[in-house]
Amino acid sequence: MIIRVGHLYPEYLNIYADRGNIAVFTRRAAARGHELRVDPVTLDTPLEPGSHDLLYVGGGQDREQAMIAPDLAARGDTIRAAVEGGAALLAVCGGYQLLGRGYRGRDGSWLEGAGLFPHETLAGETRMIGDVLLESTLDEAPGRTIAGFENHAGRTVLDPGAKPVGRVVAGYGNDGASGFEGCRVGRAVGTYLHGPLLPRNPWLADLLLSWAVAHATGGDPEALAPLPDELEEAAHAVAAARARSRGGKPA
Amino acid sequence: MGARLALEASAARLVGRLSRAAGRGGGTTLPGKLVWKLDPAAVDALAARLDQGVALVSGTNGKTTTTAMASSILAPTRTLAWNNSGANLASGIASTLLDADGADLGLLEVDEFALPELMRRTHPRVVCLGNLFRDQLDRYGELEHIAERWRDAVAGLAPEATLVANADDPLVAGLAEGRESRLLFGVDDPRRARNGLQHASDSKYCIRCGHPYRYDAAYVGHLGAYRCEACGHGRPPLDVAAREIEPDGLDGVSFELHAPDGSVRVRLAVPGLYNVYNALAAASLGLSLGVALDDVVAGLERFRAAFGRFERFSVGDRGFLLLLVKNPAGANEALRTLEEGGVPPVLVVALNDRIADGRDVSWIWDVDFEPVLEGAEHIVVSGERAAELALRFTYAGFPCERLELVSDLQAALDRGLELTPTGGELAVLPTYTAMLELRAIATERGLTRPYWERDGR
Repeated sequence: MIIRVGHLYPEYLNIYADRGNIAVFTRRAAARGHELRVDPVTLDTPLEPGSHDLLYVGGGQDREQAMIAPDLAARGDTIRAAVEGGAALLAVCGGYQLLGRGYRGRDGSWLEGAGLFPHETLAGETRMIGDVLLESTLDEAPGRTIAGFENHAGRTVLDPGAKPVGRVVAGYGNDGASGFEGCRVGRAVGTYLHGPLLPRNPWLADLLLSWAVAHATGGDPEALAPLPDELEEAAHAVAAARARSRGGKPA
Repeated sequence: MGARLALEASAARLVGRLSRAAGRGGGTTLPGKLVWKLDPAAVDALAARLDQGVALVSGTNGKTTTTAMASSILAPTRTLAWNNSGANLASGIASTLLDADGADLGLLEVDEFALPELMRRTHPRVVCLGNLFRDQLDRYGELEHIAERWRDAVAGLAPEATLVANADDPLVAGLAEGRESRLLFGVDDPRRARNGLQHASDSKYCIRCGHPYRYDAAYVGHLGAYRCEACGHGRPPLDVAAREIEPDGLDGVSFELHAPDGSVRVRLAVPGLYNVYNALAAASLGLSLGVALDDVVAGLERFRAAFGRFERFSVGDRGFLLLLVKNPAGANEALRTLEEGGVPPVLVVALNDRIADGRDVSWIWDVDFEPVLEGAEHIVVSGERAAELALRFTYAGFPCERLELVSDLQAALDRGLELTPTGGELAVLPTYTAMLELRAIATERGLTRPYWERDGR
């Protein structure tokens, strides 16, 4: 099976080793006999809903994010239609912010988002930086842990009733106050966690891949065959311990 | 020295001696920490004692090597206050200045974040700015933020002070715009250019208008001959340039050094294009302090290696090469140099995640390890985050059966040496704190350094 991946603005949004996430998708798909075809989708590249089984949006530095933000916001309808059509999506850090309704700067400025995730982000005075550990609140994997690293000035506030990705065990999470992290809409997952996210959380990579396969076949998602993940588990254990011992402490 | 400063200085020195006597490391920064805490303005007074003033060196990559090269150039004619232990924060610099009785010139490597304050306090004669790459985002924040702070600091620099800046880095060269007293250096040898920019390059958009730069030649990361086709902004003319660069495997690199007063061929005993940049920075610094071109060249040719940066040790019938890696741009150059010199069959790569290493280890995924993975037979991953490295390499396709995870650094070094064939050289690539530990192990074992012995000041 060929899985078509749209990687949005790879030359602008690549600050936290986003290619690590793509490498994990690629190899884990290959181990199950699937071939991942990654298309860069950048400024002026056309994007059609349904043309990709999985969309990926990474994080960038402020300057780069500002450069692509209007283009991404203008694609809001397309991206929402893609997710409504069952495409999987992973957005990390800046990509997670930009796929919300918008970003309110310290000076009161408003940067329009793509409107996929029901949240708004407010620039904070200090950055929230450190190791993070979550307990998944995803219906498919309740209680499974996700370990990563966060580094964001934005405080992301979910709308009432919006679904987070996980409960914060250690670290700041969305806004350092709610006790939750990330946002999930359909098969779209947005999170601040990088590190990169997927190498040490392979179950989440597999969940997203299973959604992408389902989109490609038009069938229901089926769990992928397990892989030997000893190294992944070892890395996860160290990252989780780091979050517990030195993750951010919300006020 | 005023009475208060004298008192503080002697008290602080006493603390340093006590610290050394108590076996707490070299006592490098403790006296400085005390002075810095008691009275930060003491640094101003300590710097003012130096008759020939102060030269500061900063940048993401290469500042330790650049400063060491500059010391090799300056040492014959100056008595230096040089922070050669790499203690480059305000407290470490305060310690160096405290210990600098009799010195006439300050030669100080300064952390990028600490630079603005130290520029204000030491009133430097020369400030040498090498480059800005993304580095430890968890600690320094984004590149633009550092550049902004530097811009303000340069605006406050005395007009007669010389700004030595890398013309090949758009953000750094931009700081020298409109400044009269400046010396710009860069590489001018398109034969040595890379095929386009690397993955995760920084500063690839015009600093004036945001349009992507066109690179006529990219040498190291985003360093090169750039120009913006939209607004015309581009690399300024070079005052000091390296041309006709000839690499000599892992043993060194030679180049033609073009300076305002002439040009001379230089043979460096350390390899890599990034060391050519370091040499250009050090040469420009020396020239701006009035050192004659021939003496600059002699100094560069005497230079061997800086602390943990391409240091070579011999262990019985084998050797090992210690090569610090700390961020994508620096690691890419280290790897490129290994690749050009012939990839060693065995590598030890060690990743720690303490504050000095960066707690966020995601940067390893932005390093282009792939060409070296193709050439290596065995890799031993080590350090506190060894498993992350193992994932980095296996997801890149390196076979599990040729990868070993040995968390303990000493055991990993031994295992690497064991795997290295007789007469061969093991390459050891550690992050900062792992490098310190490995050097300590080497020193403890009394390992000899075949090419040089670290010379005192």
